[in-house]
Parts: sequence; C-alpha cells; structure tokens
Amino acid sequence: MADTTAHKDEEQAPITERIPAVGWVWKNLFSTPLNTVLTLFSLWLIWKVGFSFVDWAFLKGVLFADSRVACREISPHGACWGIISERFDIFVYGRYPHEHRWRVNLSFILLIVALAPVLWETMPFRKRGLLFTVAYPFIAGWLLAGGLFGLDPVNTRNFSGFMLTLVIGVTGISLSLPIGVALALARRSSMPVLRIIAVVFIEFIRGVPLITLLFIASVLLAYFLPPGTDFDLIIRVLIMVTLFASAYMAEVIRGGFQALPRGQYEAAEALGLSYWKSLQKIYLPQVLRISIPGIVNSFIGLYKDTTLVIIIGLLDPLGIGRSLLSDAKWAGLAAEMYLFVALFYFISCFAMSRYSLYLERKLEREQAAEQN
Amino acid sequence: MRTLATIAAALAVAASFALSAPASAGTLEDVKARGSLKCIINTGLIGFAFTDANGQWQGFDVDFCRATAAAVLGDPNAVEFVNATGKTRFTLLNSGEGDLLYRNTTVTMSRDADLKLTFLGVNYYDGQGFIVPKSLGISSAHDLDGASVCIQTGTTTELNLADFFRANNISYESVPIETNEEARQTYLAGRCDAYTTDHSGLAATRASFDDPSAHVLLPEIISKEPLGPAVRQGDDEWADVVRWVMTALIEAEEYGITSGNADQLVSGSDNPSVRRILGVEGSYGSFIGLDEEWARRAIKSVGNYGEIFERHLGPNTPIGLERGLNAQWTDGGLLYAYPIR
Repeated sequence: MADTTAHKDEEQAPITERIPAVGWVWKNLFSTPLNTVLTLFSLWLIWKVGFSFVDWAFLKGVLFADSRVACREISPHGACWGIISERFDIFVYGRYPHEHRWRVNLSFILLIVALAPVLWETMPFRKRGLLFTVAYPFIAGWLLAGGLFGLDPVNTRNFSGFMLTLVIGVTGISLSLPIGVALALARRSSMPVLRIIAVVFIEFIRGVPLITLLFIASVLLAYFLPPGTDFDLIIRVLIMVTLFASAYMAEVIRGGFQALPRGQYEAAEALGLSYWKSLQKIYLPQVLRISIPGIVNSFIGLYKDTTLVIIIGLLDPLGIGRSLLSDAKWAGLAAEMYLFVALFYFISCFAMSRYSLYLERKLEREQAAEQN
Repeated sequence: MRTLATIAAALAVAASFALSAPASAGTLEDVKARGSLKCIINTGLIGFAFTDANGQWQGFDVDFCRATAAAVLGDPNAVEFVNATGKTRFTLLNSGEGDLLYRNTTVTMSRDADLKLTFLGVNYYDGQGFIVPKSLGISSAHDLDGASVCIQTGTTTELNLADFFRANNISYESVPIETNEEARQTYLAGRCDAYTTDHSGLAATRASFDDPSAHVLLPEIISKEPLGPAVRQGDDEWADVVRWVMTALIEAEEYGITSGNADQLVSGSDNPSVRRILGVEGSYGSFIGLDEEWARRAIKSVGNYGEIFERHLGPNTPIGLERGLNAQWTDGGLLYAYPIR
C-alpha cells in the first residue's frame, strides 16, 4: 500500500520538480504574468537583434576581399571583414618598418616568457625567471627602439597599432605597481616631508583627467624644455601614463593597508621586527592579497585608457582604424573596424579579469588552509 | 614689496623666454640638421591623408609634405608625419612639434593674425556644399525649403548654413551630428534630407556609399574654404621655402613639367620659365637657402600639382572630383602661381 502511494506521488509530481531545469525556468522566468511578458519580450529582442547580427556578420559577411566594392559585389548586405583581413598587419604593427617586424614579434614572445614566472607560481627556476621579468622592460625597449648594440634605430613615431597599446599598457602596468606601493607607504609615513609630497602628488594627478596630462605631455612640455631638445613623444606619454596609474594604484594599496586588522601592526611591533622586515613579511603579502580586485581594476582601466592617445595623434588601433577608413577603398566600414578593435580589447581585459579571479580563489584557499 | 616685484619680474622674463624659445631657432637649419621634416597632417581624411596597404601615409596633403622634404632634404621619404586632430593642429605647430602644417586647414584672418601663424597660399579651394538623394528630385539648394539638413556642430558650416538659408528666405530643420562617419550613417538612414559640409568631403563621403549614383551634389557652394599650408609666424626664411615649393608644383603644371619629363626638359626646353623652375637658369634655389635642383626634385618625387590632384582626388579616383576652382587660371580656375623669377 505504502509502496503504491509513493509511486503514485512520484508519478503525479509536477514536471517542474521532476526535471530541475524546467523547475528553474518556471520559478525564475514564468512565475507571474509580468515575468512571463518580460521573458517573452526579452527572448523576442534577443532573437531579433542576435539573428540580424549573426546574419550580417557571419552568414552574409565576406571574409576576404580587397576593397569595399569587391565585398559588395560578393554580398551586398553583409559585413565586409576585408578591411580586417587585408589590413591585419597594419592593425598589429602599425607603421613599424616591414623589415624590422621580427623585433616586435620577438618582444611579444619575450613578454610571454617574462609573464610566466609572475603568473605561474610553481614554475621551475622561478627565481631566475623573475630576474628576467624585471629586466624585460629594458630589453623590450631596446629591441623596439634599437639604436644600441648594432640594432638599427626605429623612430618611435612609427610605434602604432596593437603594439603601441601593448607598449603603453605593459609599461604602465609593470611600473605603476612598485611606484604605487612606494607612494602609499610615503603617504602613510610619519615623516611629514615625505607624506606631504605623496599627498600633493596623488591629489594633483587624481584631480586632473588623463587626457589633460597627455596634452601636457604632447604640447605644453615643448614650451618648457630648452629649444632644440627632442624629447621623444612616446617616452613623454609613457611617463604621464605611468604617473597617472601610480597615483590610483597608491590609493588602492593604501586602502589595503587600512583594511589590515590593527592586531597585525601591533603583533609586528611586539615581535620587534624592523620596518622593512615587517613590511616584507607581514604587511605587504596581506595588503596585496586584499587589494587584488582593486589592483586588477586599475590595470584594466589603464589598459583601456591607452586608447586616449589617439587625441594627441598617436595611432593606437582605433587611430589606425580611422586612418584606414580614410582610404577610399575601405571608407564606410566603420562598424566592422570598431567591432574588431572592441574584440581585441575585450579579449585582453577579460583575460586579466579571469586571472585575477583565479588568483583570489587560490589565495582564499591558501588562507583557509593556514587557518585550519 | 620690492622682493615681490623682483620675483614677478624674474618670472615674467622666464616665462617670455620659455614661450618664445621654440620659435627662435631657424626651422630650415633644424630640419637640415635633423635630416627629416616633421609635417603635421590629418589623422585620416579621404583623399587628403590615409594609410595605404604598407602602412605608409598617402594623399593630397601628404604629397605636398613629401615634395617639401624632397626639395629641402633630397628625399621625399624623409618625413615624420605628425597626426593632428582639428583641435591640436595649431598647438602642435606653435609648440614646435611640427615644422609645417598641411592639414586641409582653411586660411582665415583670425588664424593668421590671432593664432600667430603664417599661411603660405592655397593648395585647395574648397567650399561648403550639399548632397541629396537623387530620388528627392532636387537640382538646386534653393529647392530645399522645409528640408531637414545634417550638419556637424561647432563648425563654421553651421553658421554658413544659417546665413545662406536666411539670406534666401528658406526654412529648414537642422539635424546636429558630431562626426563625418555619424553624418554618413544618419544621412543614409534617411533621418535628414540633405547633408552639408565641405565639397571635397561630400564627394569623398559619397564615394563610400554602396550606390553613389543615387546621390547628387548640388551646384551651390555657399562658403569660401581656401585650404593651405601654414608655418609658425616669425620664421620668414622657412616660410619662403614652403611657399615656393608649393608654388613650383603649381607653376610646373602651368608650363607642362611633369615627374616624367622633368629630366628631359632640363636640356630640352628653351622656355625660360621652365628653365628657371628646373634650376638651369638663374640661382633661385640659393635665394631660399637650397641648392638649384630643389624644385626639380620636388616635381620628380610627387609630380606637379595636376598629377597630385589626379592621383588622389581626380575623376579617375573613387572620389572623382573635377578640377573646378582648382584648375589653372589658364583653364578658368583660381590657380595663379606667383612667377618663379
């Protein structure tokens, strides 16, 4: 008897309970009339927009063609990806001289080598790898600009395209962290001179938009430098971007210091550790861990801000795209160009954000393990 | 008080020194010493400045830069192109980031006098025009009564448009837009009946339509937009170089000197004007601090004015502009080069 009842119950249980997915859909999407209407409307919108996008971009899109006119002959209403496939080199290398492009490639490969020991903590020979990481910016600078040890000099005016984004982004990111830590320490310091300098610097930089700093770098500095000095524009921009990012980084790190429980400071003092020892062993590891989301956030912001250099006439991928659109062969393909550049930025930034999530989880696990 | 006054005076002296510093050196000597010419151009404008398949800058304005480099340095590729937006171009020139400006810049009194520039003539006579769909059945701007017109905000085109329609007692509705690309989309989507901007820009925009033949440029030109090169005020020696290189290219067309026949004409022409341009007669190069083959190199590198025009803007390009005002004076145009003699 009991058996049959149970069997009956099971048979009569609503479908929403028997198949969990259906249950979830019912509960979240169709529970009330309003929800049902909203769901149906959203589905219709996704279908409408999504399908016409897929249709335009892929089904009717033309991947290879040597001009817009040629694209239109193949498919009159689809996307013309020819502007990307035909001009891919220029998006990547910009106006970097053809015969020297291997130097850009080599720098990129070395960048991966330099990043490996930072990102992969259990790497063999990690210590030596980190030494290379520290040296990398200088090696890459020499490779790209040349002029020393037998490498032909390449005018930095030719730095453009994705390589320019990487040059500015990597320099800003790798230099802003140490400078930011130093600034945060200075701002927390008990020495008035150091503290005031740090406060003034941080507040000045934070009070001025990056675009203004870039204008200062490109235009105003020339008035102040002695006549005839040819202070490289890219270097000026790198300095400004780094200073800008450092000020923000300093505040992120300072936030980390403030989040540290008071007990940690007292414990460090009670143990009689020196300032540098307690910084190295107690404060910094915890502060950096707390600050990871903020740090990565700043990195991503900085990376995307690099595109502002277009205003001062440097050709980042967007600038390259714009100059390509002025070619009568490709004019009018703005949508394709912007989508492609957006995809590039998305891939880079999404990768950074995923890595930071992984790092946070890993550190949380380690912390939990320590506490057990 | 005295200390304050002293400090103020010292600051003023320092500031005036700092501000006048970049202009004090002779640009011609700087360029020769550097071995390259810093030429300020557009960040991208169809026909005037764009990057080709090799990532090299090409275009009407770009060729004038190259010609100047060929005349001064002997190499049309010894140019560092400095890309400027409409906002940054004059500051870049005045701060010394560029040696000259070839960026489809309208010559106006305020720019010449107030911004402390020296304009050196006109290399392109432009003017504001209209484009409308053929289906509208309009053949004159006077028929635009009640039309909606796309205009770029914050430009002189906005004022010109208001002036023109008020003078002719025509009502219209303006559709403000930011950039040329946006205007293109708005116009094609039918949100405005007509689009107005510089004539060359309209032709270039039309060239980028999928069906250019469905749109017409109206014959009325409602403003003067003489586009020309500029240098910093107060460096006459350098201004002479830029002015006469441009003049030589225009006069070369008048006398039939092309990139192809320049070398033959050196010995094969009896025309004194041709011989002066090519540096066979007289010593005109030395007047502007160059050698005698300056103009010959410029013409051989990019061709005369007509060749440059045909290559980037003319009827055989997608832009397909007629010479119009930019024809030689002998052909009914406005190009009337100062004689090289």
